[in-house]
Order: sequence, then structure tokens, then C-alpha cells
Amino acid sequence: MIEILATRHAYATFTVLLCIGLYMMIANKNLVKKIIGLNLFQTAIFLLFIASAYVEGGQIPIVHKGKVGHETFVSPLPQVLVLTAIVVGVSLTAVGLALCIRIHEEYGTLRTDALREAMREEDVLPGEESATEPAVVTDGGNVAGNVTDVGDGSTVAGDDAGDNSTVAHDGGESR
Amino acid sequence: MSDTLIPLLIVVPILAAVTPLVAGLWYENAGWPIAAVTATVLFGLAAWVARRVFVGGRIVHELGGFSRPIGIELVADELSALLVLLNAAVVLGVLAFARTAGPRGNAFYSGYLLLAGGVMGVALTGDVFNLFVFLEVTSLTTYALVASDRSGASAYASLKYLIVGTVGASLYLIGVGYAFLATGTLNMIDLRQQLAAVGYTDPLVQAGFGFIVAGFFIKMAVFPVHVWQPDAYQRAPDTVTTYISALVSTGAAYALIRVTYGVFTVEFLRVNEAFTTAMLVVAGTSIVAGSTLAVVQTDLKRVFAYSSVAQFGMIAAAVAIGNRTALLGAMVHLVGHGLLKGGLFLGTGLLRQTHGVRTVDDLAGLAREAPYTAGGVSVLGLALVGVPPSVGFVGKWYMALGAVEAGAWGIAAVIFLSTLLSLLYVGRIVEQLYFGEDSHDAEATTQAPAPTPDASGQQPASDGGVRAPTGDASIAEMASRSVPRAGLAVLVLAVLTAVALGFAGVAFADVLDPVLGRFFA
Repeated sequence: MIEILATRHAYATFTVLLCIGLYMMIANKNLVKKIIGLNLFQTAIFLLFIASAYVEGGQIPIVHKGKVGHETFVSPLPQVLVLTAIVVGVSLTAVGLALCIRIHEEYGTLRTDALREAMREEDVLPGEESATEPAVVTDGGNVAGNVTDVGDGSTVAGDDAGDNSTVAHDGGESR
Repeated sequence: MSDTLIPLLIVVPILAAVTPLVAGLWYENAGWPIAAVTATVLFGLAAWVARRVFVGGRIVHELGGFSRPIGIELVADELSALLVLLNAAVVLGVLAFARTAGPRGNAFYSGYLLLAGGVMGVALTGDVFNLFVFLEVTSLTTYALVASDRSGASAYASLKYLIVGTVGASLYLIGVGYAFLATGTLNMIDLRQQLAAVGYTDPLVQAGFGFIVAGFFIKMAVFPVHVWQPDAYQRAPDTVTTYISALVSTGAAYALIRVTYGVFTVEFLRVNEAFTTAMLVVAGTSIVAGSTLAVVQTDLKRVFAYSSVAQFGMIAAAVAIGNRTALLGAMVHLVGHGLLKGGLFLGTGLLRQTHGVRTVDDLAGLAREAPYTAGGVSVLGLALVGVPPSVGFVGKWYMALGAVEAGAWGIAAVIFLSTLLSLLYVGRIVEQLYFGEDSHDAEATTQAPAPTPDASGQQPASDGGVRAPTGDASIAEMASRSVPRAGLAVLVLAVLTAVALGFAGVAFADVLDPVLGRFFA
């Protein structure tokens, strides 16, 4: 065990970082911290590639003209891959943070529990709005089977909510 | 010469993606025309490449002239050609819908074209790391597109998708890393040989495959890790839902087939039975859970989203079964599902645009008001169930047949059960459309003239009177609420293709035979 930690500490760090990142993404309620967890997760993978590319006494793989030595060269491929992966990671972080800004503007919070609460309320609010616009809610009567007065939007909407609370009435926002 | 067309398939949409933003500095509505021109060019290129591939076989292009183990290859074989065709058709078709349905703005069309380029890249690349990059190009633009209507709810759905999707892509990258550590190569064909040399029971190879499959399962939204998908589909604008439902998960499922059979080979599956068993269990659960959850949903978009969970579970199961028939079914269903789901989201999107349809119950009696759209949705829905003749039937038939051939009775039973369940949720939709109690019908006929369907199905909505009780407003509203012609034309085309491909079971088998031959060599 100690032997492994002493000689393969990079890989051990990779595993630990991976787990920390994953745990942050799952357990942390703050969206920005989730993104930080995501970054940790990705960094762990970069570490895996870089650590695997290490060659004891290796040289940069540039062979000068007329000078063919017998040195050990390091494969540049893993470094290039990590460079690309970093670019991907940075763009992902940028998009993620941009989304966080949007969410914060709209709801004033970045905690998932508070957000879920706010969105549940939001889902109800447009539904109440649609009650003032009767034709949008035309299904309630059919579900209940006995409500025929469609013009009376409030009755229908009430039925609707009673029958099925998961009906999403958030259309006002979607376009 | 034709092999230079392959990089163009990727380069054209990605370069064109920049132009709406640049042109947007001077013209406000430059996005749609640019996207339309690009999509048309792309479709032409795709058709040309597909024709060359179907006639002359596989085409390989070495990027930058670097040959196999060092450089990156683009490979167009019959399977990628099918996906390229689907992609080009969807890009063109959804564009017709996007013109009326929005979201407007040049940035949207930039993302739209970038996504097209990303999926093209996924379909054509012959390098496992390049595949990761294109998957991430696709995913990144998907996240942006899902949030493109600028509402908080869609941003939240998108962020959820971003976090889960990135974990999926990262798991794939770890798998690629392990395979790279084991072999030192990234080219698919080279990797295939090297992996065989290293041995399929090598722990590094096994772990690599495990991570890769786990990553793709997340991207495909297979049951336990599907949570991002229903929210993303529901919150996204209709255009985007149509677009990504047809392409994004399809791309991931294609990548699963490509990497499993093109790189790890069927021999790996045979040697490591624990993996196939695990995949079958997860996929089987996904089929049942997805179908069941679809039945209990009320929101139309969520019904179809959960249905996708079941369909991709089926594809994953067919991949794990690992015989020719099942894999052929998976390939057909891959393309068929993209077409059907895209068409269904398009049809319901049209109805949502014109009649504000959001839930299954909202569909009540709409067959009278929008007969052609309702008919299209019904036919596509039945095709999704697997009623012959339709592309849905062909795919499911081969998959079920493959399961029976392999003796995987559990999967065959689950596919059958899922078909029954899908009949339940599609039946509910069709029932509401045609037999739903149309509570506003009587009132509407007194205010609006009796509806007379015209040739193109541009029937004005006859419940205008209910929605806007004043006479003048109702006429104005009725005009704006007729189903857009372009979207309807695309829907009709999708229906015709879905039905026509239902007769093409043998043709699919012929076309895909060389690919299957290579996979099972």
C-alpha cells in the first residue's frame, strides 16, 4: 500500500481528485461549487494523461538535423491531448458560469434547493395567468368529465390543478 | 477526389457558424438565410458523399496528409453515411420550422450550425480522441441551444445537462486514456489491432471499456443517468427540442456502436461476458423504466423524452447482445428513432405554436382543427410503437429477432413489453387527438365559419372565438394560428420517409452489410 503510494502517487492523486470532484458535483448545493467540482474532475483526468507521459530522463522529441542520438524521447501526444482537453474544459466552464449568471439574474440564488422551490412556484404562476385567458386551458373539462363551461376559466384551471399538479404552465417564458 | 468532400462536411457548417455573428453586426436577420444556404449545401454534400459510399464503399481521408497511426483520419463508411444523411436532412428540415417558431437571433443560428458540424464530426472521425472533441463540440452547443430562449428555467435545465453531460464525456476521456496507456495509439483501426495484441482480459483494457460505455450511457440518457434529458427537452424551445432529440443522443449512440465494435470488437464482448451482462441489465431496466415513466407523464415533451430513454435503452441492449441481426436493428433504429422523434417533436411543436398545446390533454379534438398535423403526429407515433410498415418496426423487428437468436429472452420480452407500453402512451395521444372531448367545438362553430380543410391543411383554428371573444380579434388571431406551411411540409416529408423506410428492411440490410462484415470479421 505504502509502496504504491510512494511510487504511484500521481495515480493516487488522480483517483482522489476524481472522487472529490464527483462528490462536490453531487453533494454541494451551490451551482458554482458544482462547476468547481466539475473542474476538479477534469483536472484529475489531465493529471492522468500527464503523469502517464512522464519518462525518466526523457527528452523533448525534437531531433536536430544530422544529429541522431540514442536518447530517450518523450511522446508529445499526451501533452497535446491535455492541451485540447483544457480548451474544452475552459469553454465548458465559461458556458456553465454564463448559465449561472442567467439563473442568478432570474431567481436571485444559486442554491439548488432554493431554485427548485422558486421554479415550483413559477410553474404555478403562469398557470394562474392562463386562467384569465380561458381558451388556453381547455383540457380540464375533459379530464373531469363534467365541466362544460369552458368560458369560466377559473373553474377549469382549478380542476386542472386538482387533477394533476405536475402540469407545467410555464409557456409564457418559453418563446 | 471525392475524399476531400468528407472534411468539407465538417468544415462548411463550422465555418458558416461564424458568419451569422459577423453578419449580425450589420444585418439583424442574417442568421436564417445563412443557415438555409449552409444547410442546403450541407445536404448536397451529404447526399454526394453518401452516394459515393453506398456505391463504392468506404472512403478514408487523412487530414493534413499524415498517415494512419500518427495523423487523424476521417472515415466515411455506410453507417456514418446514414448518420450524415440523417444529420443533413434534420438540419435542413428543422430550419424550415425554426423560421416561424424561433428563437430568433443570429447567435442561435451560429449554435445551430456548430451543432451540425459537431454531429458530422462525430459521424466521420476515425480517431477516438477526435471523437471526444466532436462530442464536446456537439454537447457545448447543445447546452447553449437549450438555454437559447433566455428563461431561467431553461438555463437551469441546461446547467444540469452541462454538469451531467460533462461527467459523461469525462468518463469517456478516462476510458480513452486507459486504452491509450495500454496501446499508445488513438486511431480506431490501429487501436483495434493493438488492443487485440494487448489482450482483451488486460485490466487496463477492461477498465477503459467500462469507462467508455459508462460515459456514452450518460450521453445517450440511459435510465439511471437519464435525469438531464427530460428537463432539457421540456425547457428548451420547440425548435431546439426537435433538433437535439433527433441528433444529439443519436450521435452518442452512434459513437457507442462505433467504439464498441470498431475498436473493442465483438471478440472483446465475447471474452468479457460480465460487461455484456451488466450492459444488458442496465439497458433492460432503461427500456422498462423509460416506457413506464413515459406513460405516466402529462407534458407532451416529457412523454417523448422518456420514450427516448426507452428507445436508447433498446439500442444499448442490441449493442450488448452482439450479433449481426441485433446490431443491424440497432443501426436502423438509430436512424429511425432520430427521424421519428424529430418528426414527433416537430408535429407537437407546430400544434403548440398554433393551439398552445402543452399537455396530452390539450390535444383534445385537435384532429378536427389541424387534421394534417394531427395525422402526421399519429402516424409517427404509431411508427414509434413499431406498427408496420414503418422504420420503427424494421428496427425493433431486427433487434427483437437478434435477441431471440442470441437466446436473450429477457431482452426480447422487455422489448415486447416496451412496445405495449409505448402503445399505451401513443394511444393516449391519438385518442385525445381524434376522440378527445372537444369542449370548445360547439361554441366555436357558432362564431367561426364551418371549417373547410384546404389542400395543404392550412385550416384556420376554429377555436379562435373562444380564445379571443371579440370578433375582430378572433379573425386576426385565426390567421396567425394556422399551421405554418413550411413546418407542415417537413412533417409530411418525415411521415412519408418513415413509412417508406418501413419497406426498406432488406435495403438496410444490404447497405449496412459491409459495415457489419467489418465489425464481425
